[in-house]
Amino acid sequence: MRSAIHLASAALALAALAFGAVPSAVAADTPNPPADAKAFRDFFTQKFPKVKLEDFVNGPYSMNEDLHRQWEEKEQFPPYEFSVDMGKEMFSKPFKNGKSYADCFPNQGIGIRQNYPYFDEKEGKVITLELALNRCREVNGEPPFSFLKDEMAALTAYMAFTSRGKPFDIKIPDDPRALEAYQNGKRYFYTRRGQLNFSCATCHVQSPGERIRAEVLAPALGILNAMPIYRSEWSGMGTISRRFTTCNTQIRGVPLNPQDDEYRDLEYYLSYVSNGLPISGPGARP
Amino acid sequence: MSIVRKSGNRFSKEIMLKNKSRMLRASTLSLALALLMAGATPVLAADSEVDFRAAYAAAETANKEAGLLRNQWTVTAAALAEARKAADKGDFDQAIASSKEAEALAKASIFQATSEKTLWKELEIH
Repeated sequence: MRSAIHLASAALALAALAFGAVPSAVAADTPNPPADAKAFRDFFTQKFPKVKLEDFVNGPYSMNEDLHRQWEEKEQFPPYEFSVDMGKEMFSKPFKNGKSYADCFPNQGIGIRQNYPYFDEKEGKVITLELALNRCREVNGEPPFSFLKDEMAALTAYMAFTSRGKPFDIKIPDDPRALEAYQNGKRYFYTRRGQLNFSCATCHVQSPGERIRAEVLAPALGILNAMPIYRSEWSGMGTISRRFTTCNTQIRGVPLNPQDDEYRDLEYYLSYVSNGLPISGPGARP
Repeated sequence: MSIVRKSGNRFSKEIMLKNKSRMLRASTLSLALALLMAGATPVLAADSEVDFRAAYAAAETANKEAGLLRNQWTVTAAALAEARKAADKGDFDQAIASSKEAEALAKASIFQATSEKTLWKELEIH
């Protein structure tokens, strides 16, 4: 009799646990992008109360006054200017078939950077600006460019320049695949990898404003708004693809191929959580 | 006297026979050693090469598994390259050591990828 009572109590406790626990576990695991974006923004604004929200897009230059002054001086003779000029020229030059980049994009490709990446419901995948540019070339019979630098950096620099000041406006459509892509990007951002056991968040959430060797780490909030960038370390321009792959290499991880799904999803996540912050690209970094 | 001489002759004959047998044994041993020395190096090298191939294959398998998890490390690739380079030079001890290092690194990257499937959430901003 006593053991029967024990058994019944245990069963009741288990049932209560199961009924109580399942909904909360599901709630905790269900992606909630607007809540994520708010938490993300709050985290950085509370960590750096003196930095104006729109200033986060200037990366390390937003982290202290000395660096900010350096940035202001740099902007008088910006090192990325040659790339904007080159991109403008490339953008206006027709392909061999007579069409041009403008034919591939809404609003002829002008002032649209803030809407990329977007989730393509037909394809069920994230489309980045770099990917869209190469697809535009291929559909018009032109060979694709490297996703990392040079021509691709010039084209995206010009397009970013035409969007300067416009706030990131990344949308997540009511499509479970879009939410999954967003969640995959978030997971990639927080996952430790490489022999150094670093995630993107290790540097850009846990340690922004601090130095890693001679460099000041940028905050993750607004980190893509300034892309592409001229980096003194690279002695040239680099795209978002270049930034992601070199970050992976620096932590001794083998980078994936540029524009692999993981990187596209990561860009989707990082851009979404910076919604509302202005495009400042192209940028310059130490 | 003759008996003594006789017995003395017998005694020295025995000694000579013993010495002869000792010398024969020693020379047989030397010959065996020489043969062993002459033949041993290729045998040992062959064993080392077999061991290297096994160690390298194990490292490569582990690194491929890390690749399926999208989490290979650059240092693993470097250790594998080092192993191949040493093997090409015939330095199989180094080749085996580098292969084992590569396998350990690959296994660490697999462990990282597996544990991070849930651990990443601990870093998330809420």
